[in-house]
Amino acid sequence: MRNAFLKELFELAEKDDRIVLIVGDLGFGVVTPFMEKLPRQFLNAGVAEQNMTGMAAGMALSGKIAFTYSIANFPTMRCLEHIRNDVCYHNANVKIVTVGGGFAYGAMGATHHAIEDLAVMRALPGMMVVAPGDPIEARAATRAITEYPGPCYLRLGKAGEPVVHQTEIYFELGKAIPMREGRDVTLICTGGILQTAVRTAQCLASGGIETRLLSMPTLKPLDIEAVLAAAQETRAILTLEEHSILGGLGSAVAEVLAEADIPKVPFKRIGVPPGFSPYIGSQEYMQERHGLTPEAIAKTVERILEIVPARAL
Amino acid sequence: MSRPMSSQELGGNVLHLSRNKEKKESDTVDQTATSDLRELAKRIRQHCVRMTGKANASHIGSALSAADIMAALYGRALRYDPKCPDWPERDRFIMSKGHACTALYATLAESGFFPVAALETFYQNGSPLAGHVMHKDNPGVELSTGSLGHGLPVALGMAISAKRDGRASRVFCLLSDGECDEGSVWESALFAPQHNLDNLIVIVDYNGIQSLGMVNEVIDLHPLGEKWRAFRWSVREVDGHDMAALEEALTQTPYEAGRPSCIIARTIKGKGVSYMENKLLWHYRAPMGEDLTKALAELGQSK
Repeated sequence: MRNAFLKELFELAEKDDRIVLIVGDLGFGVVTPFMEKLPRQFLNAGVAEQNMTGMAAGMALSGKIAFTYSIANFPTMRCLEHIRNDVCYHNANVKIVTVGGGFAYGAMGATHHAIEDLAVMRALPGMMVVAPGDPIEARAATRAITEYPGPCYLRLGKAGEPVVHQTEIYFELGKAIPMREGRDVTLICTGGILQTAVRTAQCLASGGIETRLLSMPTLKPLDIEAVLAAAQETRAILTLEEHSILGGLGSAVAEVLAEADIPKVPFKRIGVPPGFSPYIGSQEYMQERHGLTPEAIAKTVERILEIVPARAL
Repeated sequence: MSRPMSSQELGGNVLHLSRNKEKKESDTVDQTATSDLRELAKRIRQHCVRMTGKANASHIGSALSAADIMAALYGRALRYDPKCPDWPERDRFIMSKGHACTALYATLAESGFFPVAALETFYQNGSPLAGHVMHKDNPGVELSTGSLGHGLPVALGMAISAKRDGRASRVFCLLSDGECDEGSVWESALFAPQHNLDNLIVIVDYNGIQSLGMVNEVIDLHPLGEKWRAFRWSVREVDGHDMAALEEALTQTPYEAGRPSCIIARTIKGKGVSYMENKLLWHYRAPMGEDLTKALAELGQSK
């Protein structure tokens, strides 16, 4: 996803000199083409995220489309109030981009586990929140947020994730991307755990459970229509994210369901329990320890469906 | 040394820069030459005292401390057009010490950005004139501030954009001394010289009193000028109430080509109202009743 983002941004920036990329002293090797070919649209802010964010706001208020770029929690939480006051309150055209969403840097330790970022960014006024599921979505999201004139948060995984979308996608900010149709259960996922969601659906299908799978790259604004349709057309809804179950996709969907004027639908958030992870390790290891494998998720789905009577549709 | 540019140099438009007068080609300090600025500063102080008193608001000491700086900025140094607040070539002013907002609102009103009568609404329900600097619905305000340490990073971004876009705009940013406790100030202080931002000017309102005590007793900033010099800024230290000195310092930037400028303005908190001067109490208390009458009398205005 990182490479897809940088490639797309470079192509956009070649055609639009309002685009500036500001990195927080990170991106060794991968930001070099941008730095060398578009030096007047590039800045290394050094290890100073507050200045990086305020500076991006100042540039945006001078007509630029300013991207800040760093890893894990650095460009979000380290400089949170600068995002709130300088970027959001002024509706400055700043795009905050992180690499390492979830446990992409799992072995690096708790400081590098980005598992509350979506909750924090979602709470900010006027902030669009986008977490693409694979390199295809990452490229489309990069184009879309560049065109959108306002604050955005783009949460990427790392490099080398599999391409999940095998066909052309229609990407629109605020819209779910249907991946698979099914009437038993709806699985809504966001971010780089998309591949796991696809495998979960395959796993469930082998046991006779048909899953509606929605990739939800935009967390805010949420595709309320897609959530409500799922609540009325399938027997249960589960959300899946490599993020705390507090405040992210699960919470966003729960808020919609709780306030909707429709019969209650069985619902469960699958993600990381609130709190620091006691583990460190590869992304695969971390997912396994936190029950984020297709097999574990499928079991949870089955348990939920066991207590739900088949709905007359 | 730079000099204020004529409107023709700024793009050929005949701009309404009523209060921007060309600096006199003279090295002698001529007190009459700054009489208009001293008049403006007096009016700003009167507004600040009246607004704060009427609103029962805080921070009058901080506003009075900065009043002379504001007069010198908007009366001489800054290039702006109140009829066209978004003029791209304008100089930007960021009041990072957002709690001194009355000084900015009063200065903008006196400079023609909005009617002086609007100052009456300060701090009132539904007014755009909030108790910290707010940009919404306030022409001429570049940035909302109120949390310290935010103004300089944004000012820096504006300065870089001006450089890269080939605009002559300069960016002035007013910091409080207590604000220099914030780490973000020093992130920007490190960064600006790296990019040769000689169109960026910091003014520190060094009145020596912060929110809960004397600056030298809370976190002593001394030697503040040396700190900025060590961060590779060109520094001048001036009496922040000497109008001729302020005018000179604010209109002669950059002091060195390729370096940002820092003006350490030695000021007196509450300057101009005898009973407020150098008193921490007037960071908080509002001048009301007898206090207000006395303050306005000292500032040459009846209530």
